[in-house]
Amino acid sequence: MSATPILVEPFEEAERQREAMVFGLWLFLATEILFFGGFFFLYAVARMQDPVGFARGAAHANLLLGTVNTILLMTSSATLTIAERAARDGWMRAARWGIVFTLVLGTAFLVVKGFEYREDLAEHLFPAAPDFPFTGETGATRFWSFYWFITLVHAIHLTIGLGCVARLLWLERRGTLARRWMVAEVTTLYWHLVDIVWLLLWPLLYLVGR
Amino acid sequence: MRSDDTGLLAREPGETSYLTEGTTLRSWLLSTDHKRIAILYAISITGFFFIGGAAATMIRLELFTPQGDFTTADEYNRLFTLHGVIMVWFFLVPSIPATLGNFLLPLMVGAKDVAFPRLNLMSWYLYIIAGIFTLAALLLGGVDTGWTFYTPLSTLYSNSYVLLAAFGIFVVGFSSIATGINFIATVHLLRTKGMTWMRLPLFAWAMYATSLVMVLATPVLAMAMLLICAERLLGLPIFDPRAGGDPVLFQHIFWFYSHPAVYIMILPAMGVVSEIIACEARRRVFGYQFMVYAMLVIAVIGFLVWGHHMFVAGQSPFASMIFSFLSFVIAVPSAIKVFNWTGTLYRGSIRFSAPMLYALGFVGLFTLGGLTGLFLASIPVDVHLSDTYFVVAHFHYIMVGGAVSAFFGGLHFWWPKITGRMYSESFARFAAITLFFGFNFTFFPQFILGYLGMPRRYHEYPPEFQVWNVMSSTGAVVLAIGYLMPLGYFAYSLLNGKRASDNPWEATGLEWTTSSPPPKHNFLEPPVVLTEPYAYHDWDEAPGGADETRQDEPA
Amino acid sequence: MLPEASTLAPAVDRIFWGLVALSVVIMAIVGGLILTFAIKYRRGTKANRGPLPDIMSREVEIGWTVATLFVALFIFWWAAAAQLPHFLLPKKALEIHVVAKQWMWKVQHPEGVREIDALHVPVGVPVKLEMTSQDVIHSFGVPAFRIKQDVLPGRYTSTWFEAKEVGDYHLFCTEYCGTDHARMTGTITVMEPEAYARWLAEQPHGEDLAGEGAQLFTALGCSACHGAQARVPAPSLANLYGSQVVLADGNRVTADEDYLRESIERPEAKVTAGYQSTMPSYQGVASEEQVVALVAYIKSQDGKRSQAR
Repeated sequence: MSATPILVEPFEEAERQREAMVFGLWLFLATEILFFGGFFFLYAVARMQDPVGFARGAAHANLLLGTVNTILLMTSSATLTIAERAARDGWMRAARWGIVFTLVLGTAFLVVKGFEYREDLAEHLFPAAPDFPFTGETGATRFWSFYWFITLVHAIHLTIGLGCVARLLWLERRGTLARRWMVAEVTTLYWHLVDIVWLLLWPLLYLVGR
Repeated sequence: MRSDDTGLLAREPGETSYLTEGTTLRSWLLSTDHKRIAILYAISITGFFFIGGAAATMIRLELFTPQGDFTTADEYNRLFTLHGVIMVWFFLVPSIPATLGNFLLPLMVGAKDVAFPRLNLMSWYLYIIAGIFTLAALLLGGVDTGWTFYTPLSTLYSNSYVLLAAFGIFVVGFSSIATGINFIATVHLLRTKGMTWMRLPLFAWAMYATSLVMVLATPVLAMAMLLICAERLLGLPIFDPRAGGDPVLFQHIFWFYSHPAVYIMILPAMGVVSEIIACEARRRVFGYQFMVYAMLVIAVIGFLVWGHHMFVAGQSPFASMIFSFLSFVIAVPSAIKVFNWTGTLYRGSIRFSAPMLYALGFVGLFTLGGLTGLFLASIPVDVHLSDTYFVVAHFHYIMVGGAVSAFFGGLHFWWPKITGRMYSESFARFAAITLFFGFNFTFFPQFILGYLGMPRRYHEYPPEFQVWNVMSSTGAVVLAIGYLMPLGYFAYSLLNGKRASDNPWEATGLEWTTSSPPPKHNFLEPPVVLTEPYAYHDWDEAPGGADETRQDEPA
Repeated sequence: MLPEASTLAPAVDRIFWGLVALSVVIMAIVGGLILTFAIKYRRGTKANRGPLPDIMSREVEIGWTVATLFVALFIFWWAAAAQLPHFLLPKKALEIHVVAKQWMWKVQHPEGVREIDALHVPVGVPVKLEMTSQDVIHSFGVPAFRIKQDVLPGRYTSTWFEAKEVGDYHLFCTEYCGTDHARMTGTITVMEPEAYARWLAEQPHGEDLAGEGAQLFTALGCSACHGAQARVPAPSLANLYGSQVVLADGNRVTADEDYLRESIERPEAKVTAGYQSTMPSYQGVASEEQVVALVAYIKSQDGKRSQAR
């Protein structure tokens, strides 16, 4: 049984307010889809122009760490969904643990990504580095440009997502989450988007030519 | 009414409005009231308008003579970049939506506020932060890439503050996205009882169509700007031809945003003009439904014509053909609007107030701007005219003659509602006429210059172009004076203007059913809509006195 | 008035003035209607303000929508049809190479004569411009000829014209290219063919472009692999230009200027099937003009089977 939601201006009915929040967030997701869509367009252009060189560059991406991260993020989506449903039904203990697990998994993703970056840098796989192994090779250079750019942008999105999830935890500690479970609902929507983007990136970055 | 009240905040005892509800600076800066946010936007936008205008004045002064004597080449390049960046992103894009739109949209649909008031406030702060970044780039020494930031000039060759400016534009994009999301959600979810889609005033429709474009185009701009930052800051080669990047790809991404952005600037203007013409001609808008569909069609096709900016950029001829075709198609809904505004005047009872003068000026200038667009959509003619002053004149007819005229018209039209004061009608008419002539004087000669081949962004030019440039620069002086005039009489109106009644124009929209200025929550009672918009009666039907039916009155 | 100094110019001007006429008519209609209504229906006159007559309804709206669409499509057809022939480059043309850099135009005639910020051409002969840029994007615009084409770094773009009046015409860089953009101008001098021949003969001649390329071919070490006596296996360059090349990934490309240039600067991008990617990049080693000369040399290796193995 869900608790009576807290109303904020300019809304007078709970259902309307929830509808607006979800609708607004979907509009925001539309902008995100166009934003990432642009990058996927760049990716397609770059890969079509030099598929062989692209695959040569991609061969150096760390499949193991990429896959581990995929699993971490997919699991975090599940835990956050559980938390959201639990918050809606007033099962606050499950909600709390779901949120904590999501935070842990999301942070773990960033840590793994950090290790992966360190390894990439140790192999000089940064296109602007003076000893970049693929200097002068179009496809591989563009792969690595894309890799750095998109993973950094994704990591920023994920960090913002972590902030939003942390806010849920804070709401839970203050005891208002039960009455503001719509916040959990929209946070989950955003988190799913960040996950789906990664789910697309995983094959595009790690499975090319394998 | 008390006769001795002076100043904007002086009120009848016991009367409250959104203006008197808290008078501290804090109550303004942290307000989530859409009306106050509109005022915050209006003040900051005015500031940017005059910064951009000062740059334009200096550009025109330099072009009085063929030699570069007033500024150096480098200063000139920084001036036109500044003019473009400020005017496009910090004035035109937010001008009507963030000020008039913010103020009026909730009033017009009968809501207490926009759907996400805090997001609305955040949008203003993002705008200010972005403005600080961009102004910092300017104060440190400027940017010399042009507002288009074409690569590889902007990424590899420019030694100016591209990074700061590009980041500023990236941030200002979020401010327009926030406004867009807010407006769409407001129109979808906060329409009051009886306000069906086909009863929405055209201004609300215009805001809706604009918001769709804002939400769907701006992310691509964000991406383009981030890529420029990445290439400059991190050296990631995306557009660098030496590393196999493609500089033309940037143009595709850039225009994918920037062409729809033109519609972000002109659709709101169309909305404003529809309101003014219907009210001042006392006539139902001719072909209301067609007007709505035309706006939506413009918003959609606007996404498919970006390639007409690149007919000489080396894209495939087939692509050019398709883009040319679609550009001709988008002329049709624009033409429909012009015909419908003209048709609205037919059998009207026309009042030539200052807003109406701006609106009629808009129709003329927009028509000429649109017609010259056909020249630029024809490939062979465009090859000759692209990157010449013809293009400059064309988009200034749309942006300044169109969007700015409509903005000024709207500002006058809703001034009594916003401030509760009347302005001096005779000064305002004088300014409107001055601006119309000043504008044509400035920009018409540029069509001729363009046909003769004078390239844009030239700091020096061959002497045979001088006569037209002198004409244009002289007109610019008139225009600059014209733009200063409203500052004066609006300021006077704020302090000493006559108190405005709730509905001084006898208009039909919901915004006129509440007090001037409106109370904090817009309406004392949520209004109920009973009538379609623009129920201005035919002259001889007028039932004893009032010749209009407001939307909250029964038909 | 702007001279119509090329064969293309009259066609462009016809459309331009046609559009001017159309604009005048539409402005007259819209302006005239607004003015008439403004006077007739100004507040207080005794005009008829009753309901609209039946004819002023949906049909009128649909009518003018369709009419506008028809006019728009007609102009599209007219303009596109006029442009189509210009898309095709003439087969037999005087080929001029243009290299743009901040902020000058470097021009080279097939005979090897070089000019800066100037171009001499004969009247009545189609001239094809093969253009590339050394740094940013520029644009080669000649208003009197009604031509304009962006000049891109890392790629060749081309356009053509046939001058039909002797005289001096402005050449402008029309794509903003940095500080001295406004000074990146030049003069196109159109001369009678005999005068052009005389002028050409008076100029200090270098090697012609292909000959210069042949020298570079040895000097830069290309001949070590691609030459007749080479030991390292590398694709033969004879009869290469214009042929279809099968690549290592199975795709086919036409060996045009862009392909040759790319293979010199980024050899690994499109490797010919059956060969190892061992060639070093010549980016930064060969200057823009040298690449132009090399490409000209490869293009000249037509029907000279003797050089290949």
